Amino acid sequence: MPDNQTTTRKAAALAAFQGLEHEPGVAKPDAILTADNVVRRFGGLTAVDVGHVEIQRGSITALIGPNGAGKTTFFNQLTGFDTADAGSWSFNGKAMNGVPAHKVARSGMVRTFQLTKALSKLTVMENMRLGAQGQKGENFFRALIPGSWRGQEDEITKRAEELLVRFKLDAKSEDFAGSLSGGQRKLLEMARALMVNPELVMLDEPMAGVNPALTQSLLGHVKDLREQGMTVLFVEHDMDMVRDISDWVIVMAQGAIIAEGPPDSIMSDHRVIDAYLGAHHDAPLSEEELQQQLHEAEAALEAEAAEEEAAK
Amino acid sequence: MDWLTILTTTVHAAIGWEVVVYGLAAIGVNIHFGYTGLLNFGQAAFMAVAGYGLAVTIVVIGLPFWVGILVGLAGAVLLALLLGVPTLRLRADYLAIVTIAAAEIIRLIFRSVAFKETFGGSDGRRGFNNDFYEINPFPPGHYGIGPFGFNERTFWLLVVGWVTLAVCCAVVYLLMKSPWGRVLKAIREDEEAVRSLGKNVFSYKMQSLILGGVIGALGGFFYGLYNGSVQPDVFGTEMTFFAYTIVILGGAARVLGPVVGAMVFWVLFVFIGNFLSEAVRAGYITVITETQVGPIRYALVGLGFILLLVFRPQGIFGDKREIALDAR
Ligand SMILES: Nc1ncnc2c1ncn2[C@@H]1O[C@H](COP(=O)(O)OP(=O)(O)OP(=O)(O)O)[C@@H](O)[C@H]1O
Ligand SMILES: [Mg+2]
Repeated sequence: MPDNQTTTRKAAALAAFQGLEHEPGVAKPDAILTADNVVRRFGGLTAVDVGHVEIQRGSITALIGPNGAGKTTFFNQLTGFDTADAGSWSFNGKAMNGVPAHKVARSGMVRTFQLTKALSKLTVMENMRLGAQGQKGENFFRALIPGSWRGQEDEITKRAEELLVRFKLDAKSEDFAGSLSGGQRKLLEMARALMVNPELVMLDEPMAGVNPALTQSLLGHVKDLREQGMTVLFVEHDMDMVRDISDWVIVMAQGAIIAEGPPDSIMSDHRVIDAYLGAHHDAPLSEEELQQQLHEAEAALEAEAAEEEAAK
Repeated sequence: MDWLTILTTTVHAAIGWEVVVYGLAAIGVNIHFGYTGLLNFGQAAFMAVAGYGLAVTIVVIGLPFWVGILVGLAGAVLLALLLGVPTLRLRADYLAIVTIAAAEIIRLIFRSVAFKETFGGSDGRRGFNNDFYEINPFPPGHYGIGPFGFNERTFWLLVVGWVTLAVCCAVVYLLMKSPWGRVLKAIREDEEAVRSLGKNVFSYKMQSLILGGVIGALGGFFYGLYNGSVQPDVFGTEMTFFAYTIVILGGAARVLGPVVGAMVFWVLFVFIGNFLSEAVRAGYITVITETQVGPIRYALVGLGFILLLVFRPQGIFGDKREIALDAR
């Protein structure tokens, strides 16, 4: 029964987070990914400076934060697409710092991109097939002997077809990926990442630019990944979605992780509010303060008007 | 006007040694640029290294023909490694800059006074194709129909040349249909995406550079074997840009594009040249003199390609839908 399983997987994920402190870098019962002191600077700007963070296996974890917080840059460090100035991180207990991107992907940690990277002049199906690992036909000499890779190619095609049906792209299978709409490309990129058979899927704003109807199905797919035993780490700005699908939320601001917590309470954390609105909005304004600000503004306006009168 | 001369030279141009040499160079460029998106502007250097490898091994060192071929091929592989290792990790334009510079450096080394003992300076090397023609199975005679045809030497070269072209096309066909070729095409589209899917992009780019360079090197051999000599200035940037023109003319990333492109290119080139010469000589065209035919031929061929790019940007075999995707 898929329904039963759904509840158990979700429940298991939620149970893992039960009673955890809402502090940045809090230890998780079973971390699939652990990062320590990851620093990335661009000239004078410290884009990422993460002290310690752990991602719980089998959960959907959201990484949120204002624009420019360093979420994408942090993804780039972890997945080998950029070279960190300092820091270490491990995936499944294996050290991953300094490992090139393709090896990171092979080890089961696959990411998608904020700016979608569809391979335009390949068909949707070819995009999908590319994701499969350990392909015999990707060896130069074997490639020359079609018989040596045909069988495997058929298996890959079958798996790709199943995924395309799930992502409602099966009708587009033979179209160029470049002819897809923005939302369809997001779907394709996610489906293609799944062809790798990853353990950890890192999605950088998978819902950005996707229409609400499609968003619902995308959300379904993301939840589905957890049901299949995968771990999901995703970046998202829309808090409704974060609340809907994530089991745990990590908040980044100015390169650092400033808070963690469950999705329903994280947005009321004062550190998060500070990060999004700026520290001078510290606490909600009291009634007197509001009145006083109003008076000040009125006075300023009156003074201005009086000056203008005088000038005439 | 001597229409027969115009006709025979044009037909010969369609299947002649230039098509073999430039067709092979273009197949290599098509692997680099058409399939992998690598801007190798030093294809002439691969051909030069091969031609000189063959010539120097036979003439200067005195080793047999087949050793010369192996030396030429090894030289092409080495050149690919030399160019690729420092640049293939960088952005695409760096490879373009490095290859065009490297090709010039190699040409200048071949023509330098310092290495005149080895490479023969600006005169180059000659006298290395005897072994090739000694194994010619065709007895002396005329091979062809009526006025069209070749002597036994050229015929032998063309048979070997066209078999080589066919084999190269077959290899490209098999490779580009395979998952290996899929990775190459994907790299052309977006190498970061390919990396994120667990493929070693650097390794594939290197394989592509070597393969295309080696096929270009075969073109270098045929140049040397037909002309009986190699000179440094033959392998200038013009040779590379002819190869690019041929690829675009035939349609990038199409198996037969380079071969048909080379045929069309040389037919146009020879036909326009001979037609103009004959027309001037016969007095039909009076605004230009016979010595001006050469440059005007270049201008007209250039005009032809501009028109092609305007009206058929995908080339002869290209797919219009693919070009349309670029606009998105
Ligand atoms: N290659 C780069 N060179 C210089 N600065 C960079 C570079 N990449 C990122 N930055 C800077 O690092 C900071 C973090 O950028 P990043 O893209 O990681 O933000 P983000 O959290 O993903 O934001 P968004 O939600 O808008 O995608 C920004 O201030 C950005 O300007
Ligand atoms: Mg981002």
